[in-house]
Amino acid sequence: MSSFSEKHTITALVEDRPGVLNRISSMFRRRGYNISSLAVGQSETSGLSRMTFVVQGDTKTVEMVAKNLNKLVEVIKVLDISDENAVSRELALIRVNSDVSNRGEIMQIVDIFRAKIVDVSKDTLMVEVTGDEDKVDSLVDLLATFGVHEVMRTGTVAMSRGVSFESLSGPEN
Amino acid sequence: MIKKGSQIVCESLLREGCDVVFGIPGGAILPLYQTLPEYPELRHILVRHEQGASLAADAYARITGKPGVAFATSGPGATNLVTGIASAQMDSVPLVIVTGQVNSWTLGTDAFQETDITGITLPITKHNFLVMDARDIADTIKEAFYIANSGRPGPVLVDIPRDAFNQQVDYSDEPSIDLPGYSPSTKGNNRQIKRAAKLIAQAEKPVIIAGHGIIISKAYDELRQLAEKAQIPVITTLLGISCFPEDHVLWTGWPGMHGMAYSSLALDEADLIIALGMRFDDRITGNPQKFAVNSRKIHIDIDPSEIGKNISVDVPIVGDVKEILLELNPIIEESAHPEWLKRIDQLKIEHPSLKLPQTDKLLARQVIKDISEITDGQATLVTGVGQHQMWAAQHYRFKKLCSFLTSGGSGTMGYEVPAAMGAQVADPDATVWSICGDGGFQMTMSELATIVENRLPVKFAILNNGFLGMVRQWQEIFFESSYVSTGYSGNPDFVKLAEAYGIKGIRVTDKTQVKPAITEAMDHDGPVLIDFIVEQEDNVYPMIPSGMTVNEIIEENLDQKVTS
Repeated sequence: MSSFSEKHTITALVEDRPGVLNRISSMFRRRGYNISSLAVGQSETSGLSRMTFVVQGDTKTVEMVAKNLNKLVEVIKVLDISDENAVSRELALIRVNSDVSNRGEIMQIVDIFRAKIVDVSKDTLMVEVTGDEDKVDSLVDLLATFGVHEVMRTGTVAMSRGVSFESLSGPEN
Repeated sequence: MIKKGSQIVCESLLREGCDVVFGIPGGAILPLYQTLPEYPELRHILVRHEQGASLAADAYARITGKPGVAFATSGPGATNLVTGIASAQMDSVPLVIVTGQVNSWTLGTDAFQETDITGITLPITKHNFLVMDARDIADTIKEAFYIANSGRPGPVLVDIPRDAFNQQVDYSDEPSIDLPGYSPSTKGNNRQIKRAAKLIAQAEKPVIIAGHGIIISKAYDELRQLAEKAQIPVITTLLGISCFPEDHVLWTGWPGMHGMAYSSLALDEADLIIALGMRFDDRITGNPQKFAVNSRKIHIDIDPSEIGKNISVDVPIVGDVKEILLELNPIIEESAHPEWLKRIDQLKIEHPSLKLPQTDKLLARQVIKDISEITDGQATLVTGVGQHQMWAAQHYRFKKLCSFLTSGGSGTMGYEVPAAMGAQVADPDATVWSICGDGGFQMTMSELATIVENRLPVKFAILNNGFLGMVRQWQEIFFESSYVSTGYSGNPDFVKLAEAYGIKGIRVTDKTQVKPAITEAMDHDGPVLIDFIVEQEDNVYPMIPSGMTVNEIIEENLDQKVTS
């Protein structure tokens, strides 16, 4: 059994109705599951949203998370794509201290991360970065030496690459 | 055809086969109530507290197999239902609850008697709905019934604002179900069923543990066939009691915290556990790491999230237990297991968990034994929660199928009064005995009025020990007999109380009066309440303390006199 700190990525296709997010978060809270990040947005089908959860826990916990998500009437399909060849991305906006003396240095770091400067003021820069969680973490860490004011992250969204994946929603778990 | 929302509610309920509604009117739901006279086929039972409505509906559902239906108004009416809804959710009982809500344009403004009941009941319902438009009522109620009574059953709440009841809409289309995320599978996986058959063939010491699922899916015959064909002892869970006749030679009691020692030991010694429609509750397993470690396990349940939750299993089969047994039974081999059955008999002799101590005192257990004898195990028994519940489950020998109603998962005290009412409404010809604690009885005794009003001949046996008995027992064992807040010194005179309601009341203080009183109650045409003044500090044994194992079981020392 894998360690507790392991992160798993689960996606769920859900009905886009009032209260759905509440039901899902209530289930996580009640069962004591740990969500590291949660991202929600419209899916390719109108009326349906897709959620990406990054969940901490061992394999058994994640299996129970998937089963309990599946139990919710408004959840249509649940996939555990942790072990899949998947692309995962999040977007972050980072406001970092910056003046004339270090602006160049920060811009170099931003370039290396293929990030963008999207706003400049006298004392700060706003950096936009996309990438997987580790990449965003690294950039935030590096910029921390200059003083990070504010970080806004979307949470991870993920999609498996063009291969088939196994559904967790089958009856024979 | 133009109809009002309230009419659509009634017609939708009738369409789903509902014939009885338990409830209390109030402002927000009044438009629905004012429509009821147009639908005389819909019998409304006016309870005295909404908790009585949800608990009565629970019992009604368990007996009939149809969802129990309850109405309540917004705010306090709806919140009073909550305990019954939570109970039904824990015990997989189908309910459809219709609550009135404040007018839609005042929602969210803290209007008079506004409560977010869908928010409140979100974690204790299988699903719930807020219907803002009368055009959605018919579909929603159809969906509510479907969700409540398919897959693993559970309560569904439908909250309807007052104006939607009055809204006039076109009601011509057949209602339809649109639930893309809900499709419970009932058919078991073939490969796993074959693996199960193989394990059963290999087992030398197999045990069946049969749960509430057998009753819900009415798999009584299939369970019996499996047990008889392979000669496997049958243990039930608490909620599985009465899914298998207890005069059957293979019946082996029920295990766990207060179950028969021989049942717990049989589970521990078994080399194969066949778990049918049950969920390895902590009251059964004790310490899950040390539970039944000598056995392989086949777990059949309709809820995938119950499989592997508390106990790891070797063969998981998700589906309806009846459908699965219909597939499994033909492919299992006939076998005998004489050695194992002999061992079970020996365990029963070495651990006579159901034997009563010799005493002249009036023991609550004696009352149950006598009711069992006089009714020949053919009554429907409804209990509250605590010592009397455990004694009822231990000492009544259930011979009638689906005849034991108790709040198992949630442990809802006060279940005994409204649930007995619901059971009698569901089956007017049944002999219904409500086994009450003096504590629980006082939580819901207001329903006595409903029982009288509806001429329900329920027989109440209050096992009156003047204590919250089970809590007192824990205080005795775990807190050095420090009886904090468990003594009921101010109990009313229950006989006078019964008489105040127009119910025949009998008091029994002596062991010799028990049987005559029970017979008198049975002969009386109408409800009867017997106040049995029983031994105050009697304990329920065997007892496996919480989180322990069968090795730590405490059994009664029958040589010792009962404490006084």
